[in-house]
Amino acid sequence: MSAHLMSLHRCCQRSPLLLLVARRPWSSSSVSPPPPPPPLLPLHKRLLLFLTQQYYDVEMLLSFGSQLKRRGIQKKNVHYGYTHKFYGSDIAAAYYILSIKGGFRYVGQSDWFRADLRGKFKWDFLNYKNTPLEEVDMSHTVINYTGLGNLKEQQSLKTLSVRGCPEVDDWFLARLHMFQDSLEELDISHCPRITTGGLAALRNLKGLRRLDMSSLPGMSSPGLVVILLEEMLPQCQITATGYDHSLSQEEEEEEEETKKEQMQGPNPAWSTRYRVKSSTFD
Amino acid sequence: MTSSRVRREDRGELYVGGPGGPLRWGTGRTGRTGGTFTSGDRGGPGGPLRRGTGEDRGDLYGGGPGRTGGTFTLGGTGEPGGPGKAADVLPGSHWDLLERREAKLPPHQADIVIVGGGVVGWSVAYWLKQKERVRGGVKVVVVEKDPTYSQASTVLSAGGIRQQFSLPENIRLSLASADFMRNINDHLGVADQDPVDLQFNHSGYLFLASERAAHIMEENYSTQRNAGAKVSLLSPTQLKEKFPWLNTDDVALASYGLENEGWFDPWTLLNAFRRKAMSMGVIQSCGEVIGSSRRSCSLSLSRRDFFKTTNHSLRIQSVKVQMPNSLEYQPVECAIVVNAAGAFSNKLAQILGIGSGPKGTFAGIPLPVEPRKRFVYVFHCPDGPGLDTPFLVDYSGVYFRREGLGGNYIAGASPEEAEEPDTNDLEVDHQFFEEKIWPPLAHRVRAFEKLKVTSAWAGFYDYNTFDQNGIIGMHPLVNNMYFATGFSGHGLQHSPAVGRAVAELILDGNFKTLDLSELGFRRILAQEPMLERNIV
Repeated sequence: MSAHLMSLHRCCQRSPLLLLVARRPWSSSSVSPPPPPPPLLPLHKRLLLFLTQQYYDVEMLLSFGSQLKRRGIQKKNVHYGYTHKFYGSDIAAAYYILSIKGGFRYVGQSDWFRADLRGKFKWDFLNYKNTPLEEVDMSHTVINYTGLGNLKEQQSLKTLSVRGCPEVDDWFLARLHMFQDSLEELDISHCPRITTGGLAALRNLKGLRRLDMSSLPGMSSPGLVVILLEEMLPQCQITATGYDHSLSQEEEEEEEETKKEQMQGPNPAWSTRYRVKSSTFD
Repeated sequence: MTSSRVRREDRGELYVGGPGGPLRWGTGRTGRTGGTFTSGDRGGPGGPLRRGTGEDRGDLYGGGPGRTGGTFTLGGTGEPGGPGKAADVLPGSHWDLLERREAKLPPHQADIVIVGGGVVGWSVAYWLKQKERVRGGVKVVVVEKDPTYSQASTVLSAGGIRQQFSLPENIRLSLASADFMRNINDHLGVADQDPVDLQFNHSGYLFLASERAAHIMEENYSTQRNAGAKVSLLSPTQLKEKFPWLNTDDVALASYGLENEGWFDPWTLLNAFRRKAMSMGVIQSCGEVIGSSRRSCSLSLSRRDFFKTTNHSLRIQSVKVQMPNSLEYQPVECAIVVNAAGAFSNKLAQILGIGSGPKGTFAGIPLPVEPRKRFVYVFHCPDGPGLDTPFLVDYSGVYFRREGLGGNYIAGASPEEAEEPDTNDLEVDHQFFEEKIWPPLAHRVRAFEKLKVTSAWAGFYDYNTFDQNGIIGMHPLVNNMYFATGFSGHGLQHSPAVGRAVAELILDGNFKTLDLSELGFRRILAQEPMLERNIV
């Protein structure tokens, strides 16, 4: 029973609807009058209440949804074994890149092969057999760790861009060691899942000359990390824009302080107080 | 230099309902994600400890998620008696000032009782629930004697994971565990809760070998490569080029992990397993197993006259779980008992009747696992190596790794057999650092000649005195008891794969994904050690 109420409570926390469900238990009278029946709520509130009571079903549906989404991404990043067997690893890598709407350039060629917004691409790339890839642009695609396996044998890859890819995380960066001899330029900006632990994995890329790590939302102390990375990769030029390097630590502490005050007594003026305090530090 | 661990009140603010590791892992941001792992939403200690946390759920109305009964009110402030603290203290509320939780007895009957609430125990519980075919098919109870985890090896460990072992089973276990951790949110994500962030540092392990041991390292390298680990061998010149701060005078060969190696936060992993397992219906019970009732059953075979030899096997019928700080106990009838008690496995095994037979028989062989105390020291060195510092293991046995971004490092070493510290308590011996750890460290990394020890702690290895490898499987004589213990310092990094293996043994009858039959109890009875050469 308490588990049921726990789940009810949990769901209701996120919604603005708070109901009086149980009597306050600290009344000492033994015989108390039954509570008055709750008033009939409007439709959307009744719907929300119904959903909170079916917590496990809603949880199951949500997990189905996220599982389907994950399966879609896995399907896109599958190992292109058939293509690899019949056309060789370079064509397989090229086909994979075009299928998830990326772009690439062969060694010795100057024009790029790309898929358009709807995913359609020309099949000219099949003409260049056994030509390795030199530059690969996978920005804003769903490439992930398993998908990177399709690029495993590209030993002359010089440029890789995974800007804004939602599935690129620290493990992906760790797997980039397979390009450690050839990779010269890497762009990992705007990837939400990358954190400091993954950037430590770039230690293997000794040939790296240009690294772009701007606006990584998962980074906690970007200024320090940039300095440490510059020490770790001395010949690499690091671009790290889009971070707020000023007084971020103090603002975080201010936030925690105001949250504590907020817990102790709700004060409608807390929001203005926070804004006033932050402006005095500017 | 006093051995200081994080003070209890600090822990209370960052980690709701239980301690963190002795270090505050990362910044306050981490503390907040730690804070959402409440110790069971079914009634942990509520009260003032929760008020000050950075729980960013906008909880303006004073009732934290720990209040059992789930009372919450409209519009907060206007209620008579007020929400929050006043209502809690008045009689009839569910919160107790002294946090004397009512002894929550475990259920009378359970299908599987897992003794030991560390990362291996909760991993087994999670995988059992993951593999049950029907919802609610298996009733699992996890019994942990110390909910604060003050002596548990899991939270006191340095948290590393590596594939550089000499035994192929260990390598495969580590690889499988790394795969698990890569997809940890697919496995352990709970709807409506924050995703799991292990803070995995992909910095790799670096093992150094002297002239004598270089050939062993080469053999290990080929074993590791064959098993699928991504390792590379480095000569001293390559080593110096990669790590200019390293002193490579007496190093003949080095083995460096390229991928799937590094370190992470063990407390987060433990809580992730626990949260997911409890959301799937595993019952957590706080208590200690003090006894069991067994009955012997002889195999009844059709040809009665053939097998006259007394082949009495024991079956555990129930275990007695005693509540903390009280004499109250509850006998839990169970079908299967899993021994995941870590450093205290031998004590539990004796309670369950293993090792109490006459010497020289199978029944007389005890579980060869004993607790061994290991020290971990945190020091600060401002000129030390930077972000690319791997988890370096010297050939003398001393190891160190980077901790955070502020020039802090963690170091330790395994003492010689003759100098093993006593295991009565977890007091730290600082002489050990000065005599046995600092000189090799300073020799290896010149910058470490100037360092300052800021903190230290001690923890137990569940040391397998027989061959320093885990024991996974059934006991041949007690036929409903499974072991998952004796990992001698690498239990944490193998825990997801070991949990899956034990769940396969219990529910499928045999190993399905990884064949770990070599790591069974049989080798102890047959006295055939499977030695692991790369023990740190």
